[in-house]
Amino acid sequence: MSNRLSLGQAFIFLLRRDMLLALRNRAEYAMPLLFFVLVITMFPLALGAQPELLARIAPGIIWVAALLAAMLSLDSIFRSDFDDGSLEQILLSAHPVAILVLAKVCAHWLVTGLPLLIVAPLLAEMLGMSTAAQPTLLLTILIGTPILSLIGAIGVALTVGLRKGGIILSLLVLPLYVPVLIFAASAIDNAAMGFEVSAQIYMLLAFLLLSVSLSPWATAAALRMSAS
Amino acid sequence: MFLWFHKLGSPPHFYRIAGKWIPWLSWIFLALLLAGLYGGLILAPPDYQQGESYRIIFVHVPAAWMSLFVYVVMAFCGIVIIVWRMKLAEVVLISSAPIGASFTFLALVTGSLWGKPMWGTYWVWDARLTSELILLFLYLGVIGLHNAIEDKRIAARAVAILALVGVVNIPIIHYSVEWWHSLHQGASLSKFDKPSMPPSMYVPILIMALAFQFYYALALFHKCRAELLQRERNSKWVEEL
Repeated sequence: MSNRLSLGQAFIFLLRRDMLLALRNRAEYAMPLLFFVLVITMFPLALGAQPELLARIAPGIIWVAALLAAMLSLDSIFRSDFDDGSLEQILLSAHPVAILVLAKVCAHWLVTGLPLLIVAPLLAEMLGMSTAAQPTLLLTILIGTPILSLIGAIGVALTVGLRKGGIILSLLVLPLYVPVLIFAASAIDNAAMGFEVSAQIYMLLAFLLLSVSLSPWATAAALRMSAS
Repeated sequence: MFLWFHKLGSPPHFYRIAGKWIPWLSWIFLALLLAGLYGGLILAPPDYQQGESYRIIFVHVPAAWMSLFVYVVMAFCGIVIIVWRMKLAEVVLISSAPIGASFTFLALVTGSLWGKPMWGTYWVWDARLTSELILLFLYLGVIGLHNAIEDKRIAARAVAILALVGVVNIPIIHYSVEWWHSLHQGASLSKFDKPSMPPSMYVPILIMALAFQFYYALALFHKCRAELLQRERNSKWVEEL
């Protein structure tokens, strides 16, 4: 073929395709965001509206809600492609599958992870989180949510062929989210108390680099397994 | 060497060999277990701080070691599955998962029983307890994923990938939890620091650890044989048995 796509073009093409699909399917992709807001709303109702308590546990609440929202949205990374067969086309393409997987994960993060960045400050304010902690909150979400998408992609790839993959997916993925949760929440905690947070941020960045470099390969292997 | 490896990988051969080894393993395990328990419960002196209640260490520590060891075995099988597609490795991986989960559970239970007299509570969010709990979830994930996939050969590959992802993550999770612990928890509960033990205490621990290793091999062989029979139920060698 003379008009073969280069790897970069293929990456961009896949990214644009997934973004476009998400744009046409706005309602479905808004659900995780709505879920995120709802879960956080439940906490003051359950614990009582005590400002000090809420402010103290706000980082944990926001991050646990972000984890759950990410979990909920994970299935959409590969589900529709698996159902309509385009996943097999991706696996058959001449380009390395890991890179194409990375494009799909990027699109997923842009659609589901990035919007959290917009609503998180609002919710933080409602929970009474100190203003000093809010830049750190945004930073942890910016670094942390791509890790959630990358690790989650492995889990989805393993379970996409199953009819009831949802519950097993949470069992596979949540334990792997523990480090992100620990460092993100403790960074915000430290920021709220006026301490240095660079150590936690560097750790999160290290996790991000590690997952960017390793997770697409595992995801590609798992997809090959699921599609066989 | 390679031929031996190849032969061991064939299900009927392994089935026979394992059957021959099982009685030996049982006797060695029993002897080690009795020696370890006698050394630990009768010969070893009581601890100068904890009195008699520290004796649960003779079960707790070997179980905790085994919980990690079994996961490493599973990850190793995972590599063999992905690289060579060896059927026997699939069987070993799958059969190891419930055994490893049991060791992890045992370590958790004995740890919390030990915690009651020492810390005054069954459960503290201690770093080791917490990472052991997460290890249990990882084991349950492996078992759950294997059960969810119908085709057992595909399931084995899925589980192999999961075991490898898990083994990369275990150290990260462990150190994160340790760090989290030092951040969140004050000095109110200091962990039981291992004093430099006299040989009369650590020798029984080592004997018990060895006994647990033999128990693992024994349980593994039993489970592998059962799993092999089930998988190969339509093959000729099973019919001939």
